[in-house]
Amino acid sequence: MELYAPILVLAVLAAGFAIFSVTIAPFTGPRRWNRAKLDAYECGIEPTPQPVGGGRFPLKYMITAMLFIVFDIEIIFLYPWAVAFDQLGMFGLVEMVLFIVTVLVAYAYVWRRKGLDWD
Amino acid sequence: MNAWSLLAAAPVEPALPSIDDFGKDPIGIVILKSAVIFIVLMLGVLFGVWYERKLISRMQNRYGPNRAGKFGLLQSVADGLKMGLKEDLMPRTVDKVIYFIAPVVLGVPAFLAFSVIPMGPKVNMFGVETPLQLTDLPVAVLLVLAMASIGVYGIVLAGWGSRSPYAMLGGLRASAQVVSYEIAMGLSFVGVFLFAGTLSTSGIVAAQASGNTLTLGGLDIPMPSWYMVLLLPSFLIYIVTMLGETNRVPFDLPEGEGELVGGFQTEYSNSLKFAVIMLAEYVNVFVVSAVSITLFMGGWRAPAPITTFWPEANTGYWPLLWFFLKMVLLFSFFIWARASLPRVRYDQLMSLGWKILIPVNLGWILLVATVRAMQIEGVNRTMVMILGALVVVGCFAIWLRFDTVLQRRKEDRAAQVEAEFEQLQAEPAAGGFPVPPLDLPHYRGVAAAAETRANKTAEVPSGSN
Repeated sequence: MELYAPILVLAVLAAGFAIFSVTIAPFTGPRRWNRAKLDAYECGIEPTPQPVGGGRFPLKYMITAMLFIVFDIEIIFLYPWAVAFDQLGMFGLVEMVLFIVTVLVAYAYVWRRKGLDWD
Repeated sequence: MNAWSLLAAAPVEPALPSIDDFGKDPIGIVILKSAVIFIVLMLGVLFGVWYERKLISRMQNRYGPNRAGKFGLLQSVADGLKMGLKEDLMPRTVDKVIYFIAPVVLGVPAFLAFSVIPMGPKVNMFGVETPLQLTDLPVAVLLVLAMASIGVYGIVLAGWGSRSPYAMLGGLRASAQVVSYEIAMGLSFVGVFLFAGTLSTSGIVAAQASGNTLTLGGLDIPMPSWYMVLLLPSFLIYIVTMLGETNRVPFDLPEGEGELVGGFQTEYSNSLKFAVIMLAEYVNVFVVSAVSITLFMGGWRAPAPITTFWPEANTGYWPLLWFFLKMVLLFSFFIWARASLPRVRYDQLMSLGWKILIPVNLGWILLVATVRAMQIEGVNRTMVMILGALVVVGCFAIWLRFDTVLQRRKEDRAAQVEAEFEQLQAEPAAGGFPVPPLDLPHYRGVAAAAETRANKTAEVPSGSN
């Protein structure tokens, strides 16, 4: 636990600064009321009405997020393998080749089904 | 014995910290180190903004800031103060809690990633023997990656909480980009771990201290000690992902002014809230630079020729200088890239990340692993050789197949465009839209054409004498 304590100290400093800056921002500057200033910025046109609760976003981004999780998990498997490679020896090498080939099959499938196409 | 070897005294080895040396600092030293890191990062951002503006100006044949202070050094201080004195606008439609939390979520992890960056060996700090590094963990590099991932939440929340189309699109784009490049970034570290055998940052720096030897067929081949040279493809991929991860040019689409105004930070008016976001962006740049120094460029150690002439270069507080110089070098690279490269298109950016960097990285990891397996004692060399050959042949086959497929697609597309063009030429009203003939003198108008005809003078194109 002692190893992690210094990170907390730095976190307190950084969070203190960030929260201080964000909360003090409305009080340091002038305040002049103007209806247009309080609209969302859309280059001068009337702002698009936004639904309460956030509305929707394109599904493509969700697919990207799912793919990210798949490959991030792959990385999580690769790190301990890389660190313990000397002890694993031949077994580790063969297993990792098989594992990466398996992931590549899924990867080829995603690519083929246009999961990696953006426009 | 020549003069060269007389000159070269054996370098004095500094007191290398190991993982056991951490977590033993008295609380005062911990607070001091944290405060110094925090303050130096803040000042570093001020200096970085000035340096970036100055250097990019010189690259574009102009002076840059030169009014506030000597060489304009106080320009970023003035800008920071001005930011504090600007009116703080908050659109009335925003989700207040998320809107205020987002800059904090963006800013704090950026600073935290710096806590595991080694900046020197063990030194005597007010009578306490302590390493020049806040802390080190057995999984230190994972902490850096985790902090980068948490930073993405800040971007998403800022875009989501602002409730405006520009901010929303910018936030989504930024998060998609950052997560895509994070995978390639994480994969480019694997080669380093294969050689260093540890995730602790001080351990990785120590592993780069002496030259590695590669034993191949009974021969000891001396290898360079910096992983930047030893694992060049990993390093090059890391350099690309580092630009993508921090949303810097040429991958600065999240804030592509031309199309998205300011991206996820559109609704954060130019006040202290925006200052926190900007600070986080610059600190992120420093973090990725520091990570590349630690993992690929030998950490805080002096470059090879310096220790030859100056044996004590790696001892005491001197490594801070080498670390700083390497940081400036990498930051200059960021600016150089910004000055010379145009912004890429969004689909090109995502294709590069997913279709090139990730597969190339995976193939390279397998290749490195095979070479590494040769070095281990008691491993069947023939088996490893066969496996390595299989990997190479497999990679080549995949590449060949993709190349033919891509070539075919490219030809198909060219043929399609050609066909469309011919169809258009055959009927000007193709697709139901009346299209004017392409050779009309439309932009000068009929009058200009008539005048030319009347004067019988040759037309002089603009821009010629």
